[in-house]
Parts: sequence; structure tokens; C-alpha cells
Amino acid sequence: MSVEHEQSERTIRCLVAKVGLDGHDRGAHVIARALRDAGFEVIYSGLHRSPDEVVQAAVQEDVDVVGISILSGAHNTLVPKILDGLKQYDAFDDRLVLVGGIVPDDDKAELRTQGVDEIFGPGASMEEMIAYIREHAPER
Amino acid sequence: MSDLVADLLAGKHSALARVITKIENRAPGYRDIVSALHQHTGHADVVGVTGSPGAGKSTLVDKVAAAYRKQGLTVGVIAIDPSSPYSGGAVLGDRIRMASNAGDMDVFFRSMSARGSLGGLSTATTDAVTALDAFGKDKIIVETVGAGQNEVDIVRTADTVAVLVPPGSGDDVQMLKAGILEIGDVFVVNKADLDGADRTVQQLREMLQNRGDGGRSGRADSGHHGPDQTAGEATEGDLATNGAEDIDTWRPPIVETVANRGEGVEGFLDALADHGDFLDRTGRRDDQERARFAAEIRTLLREDANGLVTRELERQGGLDRLVDDVVAREIDPYTVVDEVLAPLRDCLDRET
Repeated sequence: MSVEHEQSERTIRCLVAKVGLDGHDRGAHVIARALRDAGFEVIYSGLHRSPDEVVQAAVQEDVDVVGISILSGAHNTLVPKILDGLKQYDAFDDRLVLVGGIVPDDDKAELRTQGVDEIFGPGASMEEMIAYIREHAPER
Repeated sequence: MSDLVADLLAGKHSALARVITKIENRAPGYRDIVSALHQHTGHADVVGVTGSPGAGKSTLVDKVAAAYRKQGLTVGVIAIDPSSPYSGGAVLGDRIRMASNAGDMDVFFRSMSARGSLGGLSTATTDAVTALDAFGKDKIIVETVGAGQNEVDIVRTADTVAVLVPPGSGDDVQMLKAGILEIGDVFVVNKADLDGADRTVQQLREMLQNRGDGGRSGRADSGHHGPDQTAGEATEGDLATNGAEDIDTWRPPIVETVANRGEGVEGFLDALADHGDFLDRTGRRDDQERARFAAEIRTLLREDANGLVTRELERQGGLDRLVDDVVAREIDPYTVVDEVLAPLRDCLDRET
């Protein structure tokens, strides 16, 4: 009855996660802030998270977007573990998985086939990323 | 929808997470879900933790959750952070402090943002606690920044409320102002290794002496309980002890902790357990539960009645038209309200 006028636009929730031995989080902070200013709810994981912790956060927080920041070059090891974990908890299909950081072109195709939706490298603009999320955030 | 309820009751984490999302978004069908969950609740012990930003709430909650896990208990945490009044966005950072429980799925940690809606947040928090309770969590911790009325509403969902006071939070007038003394069942001076901690403990003790028993433990419903309410019973002399002679009076203990090193956490747990025993012994747990449901029903009634009134307003031509008439001095606001509510009043009169 009062549901109609309570119903505003759904808030998009994003996880910004730093995995592995990678202490560079300034980029992640900047992105967290930009996403916040775009009106999203951002859950920031903090540094040095294991894939398990990222999965735990993504599942429990029921985020629409799992943003993984990796600058260490270990993406081929860490990202598949996160994808597997999400599938294990039945939390993969209705979630956007984004990777940000330094990913060589040769690795991008492989990550995509494994289930990463988009990869943002150096030079990607904030607007681009926000527009991408708005457009592709899963319908629930 | 019922699949979601069944999955939650079966212990599926993603179902619990999705139910809380629906509660937060007030998504279609969320009411049916919460209704279906209600009969499965009533088993969890709910602890509220509040305090100023940076007081160490998340760090303490992390340590407490880990301690409960060691006792073999499962834990749910709802951490509420403010959202931007401009963009509506939020950075929810409490999760960073949950290092002791990393990877442990039996600690279900959920961040919620205030989303600008005052009344809505306490309803959403209550419903999220319902979901965690139905899921089977033994302990549920609700953590929120304490700064005003809103937090008081939120902590009402808790059986026991802990208030964190960091050293150097100002003089005793600040404590008067903050209004935190009324809501705390247990006070925690965190960062007790910092200079000024002793003084903060001392100030708190003095302030609590003056509080008497007008605080939260005495209240069953918005501060007013039956005739057994004994405000002002506390006299200056017997304050330091929870004397056996007044077993029905709760004297909030002051616990010192250094949460990031895990110091004092045992003492804090003991204080929470003592308060739990007190609630059981005196029957206050049941009183509080009744008061909580009464408040919840009242809130929901108000929201739904508002919705009905809005519809009735639309049916009668909308608010703007009425405002036009009031501006033109053809009618006054009181008469407008009388007229809008006339159909409802007629219905009630017919019944009696």
C-alpha cells in the first residue's frame, strides 16, 4: 500500500577490495570516494585481503559489484580463487566482477572467459567506470 | 520469495544477505519475508554498541565476535555508517576492523548505511535483526555511531546497550550534553592506555551516580515503566557496589579496554553477561521485548496510516488544491484535516 511511494531508485552497492600482497591503496581510496560521490554504497575491504575474505565480504554484503584492485601482478592466481568462491556461495551470476590495476593484454582475455566482466587499466576514467556500473549493474 | 525464506532458514548465506538487501531497499515483498521469519525468532541475544566516531567500536566488536566464536557461538553483526546527505552515497569501512574473523562465515557481518531516512533506519535495523535471529545466530551485535536521537531508536532493538567513551571526550558537561548516559547498560572506556583514561572513568562514575536509576534498564517503554520504577533510589553511599539489597536495580559498570590489543575484552564480556543475567532474573528481558514490539507496531502503524492518509488526500483532489484554499483564506488547516479524516472517523463511529 505505502510501498509505491517508498520505492525510490535502488542503491547500488560496490565492494572495493585489495587482495594479496599489494600495499598500494591510494587508487582504491580514490575509486571508493568517486563511487560514493556517484551515490553508490561502497564497502572497502582494507589492505592485504585473502580471496576467501573478499568472497566473504561480497556474499555477506550482497554487493552488486565486486571491484578487485590488484597492482601486484598476481591476478591470474587470485582472481580465479575469488570467482570460484563466489560460485560456491551461489553469488556469482547476479554480480558484476570488475578488475582494476595492471593487467597485461595477454591475461585479459583469460580473465574474461573465467567470468570477469570488465577490466580497467591505467588511464581509465572515473566517469567511464561509473557509467559502466550504472549500465551493467545486475537486475535483481 | 518463499524460496528465499526457505533458503535462509536452511542456513544459506547468500539468502540471508539477499533478505537484508530487500529489507534495506524496502523491495516489493520484503514485508511478507519479514512476516514469515518472525515465528522463527526470539533465540538471539542482541547487543547494541554505540559511541563517537573513532571510539573503537568496530575494533571492540571484532574482538567480541571472535571471543563468542571461541565459545562455539555464531555471531551476526550489523554495522551502521552514515551516508552522504548530498549524493546519498557512503563508504562503509567498519569491515576493515573485522580482521579477527576474516574468512569465518559463521560471523555474518553486514554494513548498512543510514540512507538519510530517520525512521526507516530503525525499522530496517529491527528487520535485519529479525533476519539474523531467524537464521539462527546466537549473538547479534548492532553497531552504530552515537550522536543523537536516531541512535537511541536503533539501540532499542538491543537487549543490552554498551556505550563506548574514549579518553578525553571532553568534560562532564559534554557527557551531559551527549545524552549517552541514559541509554547505556554497560560503559566502556576504550583506549584505556591513553592519557586521561583514568579521568574519563572518574567523570563517568560521577555522572552515573547522579543518573540514579532513571536510565535505560529502568525503562520498559520510553522511560516509563510501572509503579515498581524506582527512579532516584540510588543514594550516594552505595553506588560502587551492586549490593544484594537492591537486586532489582542495575548499576551500569564501567569497563576499561584496549580493544586493538584485546585487553579488557573478557571483562567486557563478563559485564554483558551480568546484564543478561540481570534481565533474566528481574524479568526485564520480557518487559523489554514487549516494549520493543509495542514500539515496532506503533511505528509500522504510523507509516502505513500515513500511506492511507496520502491516498485519501489524492482521492480528495490532492494536497496542492487544499493548500490553495488555505492560502486564499477560504479554509483553515485544522478544518482541512478534519475533512480529510472525516471518512475514517465515520468508519470508527459506525463501529461503536
